[in-house]
Amino acid sequence: MSETAATNAHPGLLEKQFESLQTQHEARKLGMWIFLATEVMFFGGVLTAYTLYREMYLPGFVQGSHFLEVTWGAVNTGVLILSSLTMALAVRSAQVGARKLVTLGFLGITMLLGAAFLAIKFIFEWRHDYVEHLVPGIDFTYAGPHPAHVQLFFCFYFFLTGLHALHLIIGIGILAVLCLMAWRGRFSPQYYSSLEVAGLYWHFVDIVWIFLFPLLYLIGGR
Amino acid sequence: MNGMAICVAPRIIAGVLFPLHPPAASTIARDVDDLYFTLTGITLFFTFLIFGLIFYFMIKYRRRSENEIPRDVKTSMPLEITWTLVPTLISAILFVWSARLYVKNSEPPAGSMEIFVIGKQWMWQLQHPEGAREIDELHVPVGVPIKLTMTSQDVIHDFYVPAFRIKKDVLPGRYSSIWFEATKVGEYDFACAQYCGAEHAAMTGRVYVMKEPDYAKWLASQSNGKSMAQTGQQLFVSLGCATCHAESTGGKYPTLAGVYGHSVKLRDGRTIVADDAYLRNAISKPGTEPVAGYAPAMPSFQGQINEEQLLDLIAYIKSLGTQESQTAVQ
Amino acid sequence: MSVDVAELSTRSCVHYLNASYGIKSWLLTTDHKRIGLLYLVSITFMFLVGAGAAALMRLQLLEPYGAIVQPETYNKLFSIHGIIMVFFFLIPSIPAVLGNFLVPLMIGAKDVAFPKLNLLSWYIFVLGSLFTLYCVIFGGVDTGWTFYTPFSSMYSNTHVLAAALGIFVTGFSSILTGLNFIVTIHRMRAPGMTWFRLPLFIWSIYATSIIFVLGTPVLAITLFLLTLERVLHVGIFDPAVGGDPLLFQHLFWFYSHPAVYIMVLPAMGVVSELVAAYSRKRIYGYSFVAFSSLAIAFISFLVWGHHMFVSGQSIYAGLVFSLMSFLVAIPSAIKVFNWTATLYKGSISYDAPMLYALGFIGLFTMGGLTGLFLASLATDVHLNGTYFVVAHFHYIMVGGAVMGFMGGIHFWWPKITGRLYPDKWARLAALIIFAGFNLTFFPQFMLGYLGMPRRYAVYPAQFQVLNVMSTAGATILGIGYMIPLIYLLWSMRYGPVAGPNPWRAKGLEWQTPSPPPEENFEETPIVTEEAYSYASVPPEKSRV
Repeated sequence: MSETAATNAHPGLLEKQFESLQTQHEARKLGMWIFLATEVMFFGGVLTAYTLYREMYLPGFVQGSHFLEVTWGAVNTGVLILSSLTMALAVRSAQVGARKLVTLGFLGITMLLGAAFLAIKFIFEWRHDYVEHLVPGIDFTYAGPHPAHVQLFFCFYFFLTGLHALHLIIGIGILAVLCLMAWRGRFSPQYYSSLEVAGLYWHFVDIVWIFLFPLLYLIGGR
Repeated sequence: MNGMAICVAPRIIAGVLFPLHPPAASTIARDVDDLYFTLTGITLFFTFLIFGLIFYFMIKYRRRSENEIPRDVKTSMPLEITWTLVPTLISAILFVWSARLYVKNSEPPAGSMEIFVIGKQWMWQLQHPEGAREIDELHVPVGVPIKLTMTSQDVIHDFYVPAFRIKKDVLPGRYSSIWFEATKVGEYDFACAQYCGAEHAAMTGRVYVMKEPDYAKWLASQSNGKSMAQTGQQLFVSLGCATCHAESTGGKYPTLAGVYGHSVKLRDGRTIVADDAYLRNAISKPGTEPVAGYAPAMPSFQGQINEEQLLDLIAYIKSLGTQESQTAVQ
Repeated sequence: MSVDVAELSTRSCVHYLNASYGIKSWLLTTDHKRIGLLYLVSITFMFLVGAGAAALMRLQLLEPYGAIVQPETYNKLFSIHGIIMVFFFLIPSIPAVLGNFLVPLMIGAKDVAFPKLNLLSWYIFVLGSLFTLYCVIFGGVDTGWTFYTPFSSMYSNTHVLAAALGIFVTGFSSILTGLNFIVTIHRMRAPGMTWFRLPLFIWSIYATSIIFVLGTPVLAITLFLLTLERVLHVGIFDPAVGGDPLLFQHLFWFYSHPAVYIMVLPAMGVVSELVAAYSRKRIYGYSFVAFSSLAIAFISFLVWGHHMFVSGQSIYAGLVFSLMSFLVAIPSAIKVFNWTATLYKGSISYDAPMLYALGFIGLFTMGGLTGLFLASLATDVHLNGTYFVVAHFHYIMVGGAVMGFMGGIHFWWPKITGRLYPDKWARLAALIIFAGFNLTFFPQFMLGYLGMPRRYAVYPAQFQVLNVMSTAGATILGIGYMIPLIYLLWSMRYGPVAGPNPWRAKGLEWQTPSPPPEENFEETPIVTEEAYSYASVPPEKSRV
C-alpha cells in the first residue's frame, strides 16, 4: 500500500502538523529517544546516590543483598528478556504486514510476560520482604550488624525496583492500547510507528532491569 | 597594579553613608579585598564599556528615516577571536590568583591554637581547650593563628566572620575547620550564614580580639577550672569507657594512649590516621571503621552524648598522647 | 518568499483567536499559539503571588528589627518567593509562552511535533501550581527554595511535601516541553530552513530544551528522595544513620545550576531577535552566537559545585568547579560583544522592546561579571550566603531574564494579539523598570560585601540605609511592572490594529497575518534567505 493510500484508508493516521507519514514516524521515534534520555538521567540520579552509599557501606549492602532471592531475580530477568523478544516480534510482524492476529498475539504474550514479572515481584519477593520486616518505614527490623546501612540498602532496593515496576505497569498499559489499535487493524507496513516507539520504551524498561539485577542482587558475590 | 588604585579610591569615597568593606582585621583580609576590588574594577570597566558603547551607537546610529536599511557589516574573525581570548585570559589570571589565595588560606599554620565550635538552633557554643565555654561570644588573642574545629548539633549552620573574611559550613555528624589570625584588637561580628530555621537571623555573636596578656587574664578568669581534657577524663570514667579501654584488660580492647594523630590499621585493610573525625565516628558509630585485631564489641554512644561531650572526650584522648601524660583514673 | 503585505492584512479575518469560541475550545486546544497564551495567564498569576511575597519581604526589611512580620513568617515568604519565581515563573516564562507561540512560526511549521503532549504539559504545570498554592495558602514552607537537608527532611514542620510535590509535578511539564521543542526543531523545519538559517531564538530554545530534558529528571529524583526521607525517616541524608547531607546538595545543584541557564538562555535568544529587528541588521557573528548557546548548555552541567565552595566539599573539587565556572562566562561574553557590534552602523530605533534588549545587555554584563566574584574561590568564601549572591542572581534573573521576557512580549504582542500597545507608555515603563531595578539590587551588592547574610528576617542596624534604598527601588520596580499589565490588557481591545509586520522585521513569523491563522501559514513557506537578511529588504510603505 502506498503512503497516500495508507492515509486514505485510515484518514486519522497522519496528524495535521506533519507533512508526511515519514516525518511523523521520524518525529515520534526521535521523541521517544529523547524521552528515554530523560529516563536515563532519572534512573542515573538514583543509581549515583546508590553507588556512593554502596561504596561507603559495602558490608551493610552485602548483607542486604544476600536477603534477596537470586533465583526469582534471575527468573524475572529471563522473563523480561523474553518479553523484549516478543515485543520486537510484534513490531516486526507489523513491519512485514502480517495478519493482525499475529501482532496481537505477540503483544499479548509481551503483556503476559510483563504481568508475570510483576506477579513474581509482588508475590514472591516483596511480600516476603514485608513479612521479614525488611521494608523501611514499615516496622523495619534487622538484628544483625550495620542495621542502618542495611536499611539504606533496602531503601534503594525498593525505590529502584518500585520505580522500575511503575514503568513496567505503564508499559503494560501502553501495550493494552496498542492491542486495541492492532485489533482495529491500524497497523501496516506503512504505519507502525506507535508499535516501534512503544517497543523502544519496552526495551528500555528491560535494560534498566538488566542493570538493576546485578547491582542489587549480586553484591559481594554469591 | 590596578588593584591598588581600586583599593584606595573607595576608601576615599566611602565613609559618608556607609563603608564599602567591613573592617580588615585578619591576615588574609587585605588580600581578599585586593582581589575583590580588582574584580570590582573589571566589572565596572566592562559594564561602563558596554553601556557606553550601547549609548554611543544608539545615538550615532539612530534611525533617521523609516525606510533606512543599513549595509551589512561582515563579521571579522580576528575581532571574534580577540574578544574570545581576552576574557579567557582575564578569567585564567583571576582563577589562578584566587585559587592560590584560597589554597594558601585553607591550611591552618602548624601549632595553631584550637578552639571548638558547636552550632545549634539557634546559638553558638565556643569551647576553649583550657575549659572556658562561651555562648555567642569568642575571645581570642591578637596575632595568634586560631583553628576552629566546628560541628553542628542539628542542621547545617555556617560560621561567618566578615571582618576576617572567613566562612565555613558547620555540619551535623562531622567536623569542619577553618582558621584565622586576627590582626587588630577590637570587636567584630560573626553570624550564621546558612539558613537553619526560625531564628537563623538571631544566630549572631561577637568576636573579642584582645592583646595576649589580656586574653590570658580573661582565660584565667573563666570560672570553670577544668580543661576540656579533664572534663573528658571524667566522662571517660562515668560513661564506662575506662572499663574496657584500660591496660587491665590485657590487650583485649585497644588502649588509647598515643592513638591521636597516629596511623590505625582497619579491619578492611586500609590504614588511616586517627584524627578528630575518626575518633568521633569511633565513639558514636563504632563498627563503621573497625580496627584490625579487635572484636567489634564496643556499644554505640550515639544519642547518649552530645557534641560538646564528644569534643571533651576527644580532647582527653588527645591528651593521652605520650606515656607520661597518661594520668591515673581519678 | 515575498508576500503582499497589504493583501495579507485585509484577507484574514479568521485567525487562531476567533476560529472557535468558548471555554472548551481553549481548555481542549492543541494549537500551540493558544497553549502559549494559557501559559501566559498561568505564569502571570504565579508571578503576582511571588511578587507579593517579595513586596512583603522588602517591607519587613525596612527596619533592622523587622517591620511587619515574625521571623517564622519571613522565612516562609522568602521560601515561597524563591520557589514560585524560579519554578513557576522564570523557568516556564519564555520557553512556554514565547517558545510555544513562536517556534513553529519561526521555522515555518504548522504546530509543534506533539500538540496533545503540549496541552498535557500545560495541565501538568497547572497541577503543580495547585499543589504549591495549597502549600502557600495552608501555612507555607520555610526551607528556602533550596530545601537543604537535614533541615527540610527532619526539622522543618511546614508543608515541605506539598511544595516538593508541586515542583516535582511541574518538572514533568518542563521535560515534555523541552522534548517537544527538540523534535519540532529537528524534524519540522520548512524547506530551505537549514540549521544556520534558523533565527537565534530557535538556537537558544534548542539549547534550553537540552537542559530541560537532561537536568530536570535529576531534580525529580532529588525531591523524591527528600520525600522518602521525610515520610519514612530513612537515613538517605541523615548523618546519624550514615546519610550524607552534602549528597542532597550535589544532587540538587546538579539540576539547579543548569536551571539558571534555562532561565537566561531563552532571554538571550529574545535579545538576539530584538537587536536584529531594531537595528535592521543581521546579528554580528551569527554562528558564534548560535554555538555559544550550545556551549553554555554543555558547560552549565559542569559547574554545580560553585554553590558548595564552603559546604565542606574538597579543595580539589572546589578548584575544578571554580575553573569551569570562569569558563562558562566566556560564551556569554561572546554574545554580549556580538550584540553590541550589531549596533555598529545599524539603524537603531528606540521602541520599548529595544530598550528592554539594550537594558538586558548592560545589566547582564554586570550580573554576569559579578558571577566571577562567586566563581573566584577566595572571594566566594566571604560572599557566599550573603546579599551579594542575592544581588548577583537578581541582576541576571530580573535585569536579564525578566527584561528579556518583557521585551519579547512587547515585540511579538502585535503578532500574538493583532494589536499595538501605546508606545510612549511602554517606553516609560521600561525606563521606570530599569531605574527601579538598579536601585533595588545595586545596594545589595554592597550589603553582601559588608557582611549581611541572606535569608535574614532581622539585621544589624548599620545595614539599614542600604536596605531602605533597596525597598525604595522595589517600590519603583513594582510600579514599573504594573504599567504594562494595564496597557497591554487595554490594547487587546482598544489598541490600533497591527498589520502583519509592524516592525518590518525579518523572520517567518512576520510573513503571516497578525494574529496568525490556526495553521500558521496559508502555504508552507520556502526559505531562500539567511536569517536577518535585512540588507536586501526593499523599502515598503510604513506600518498601518
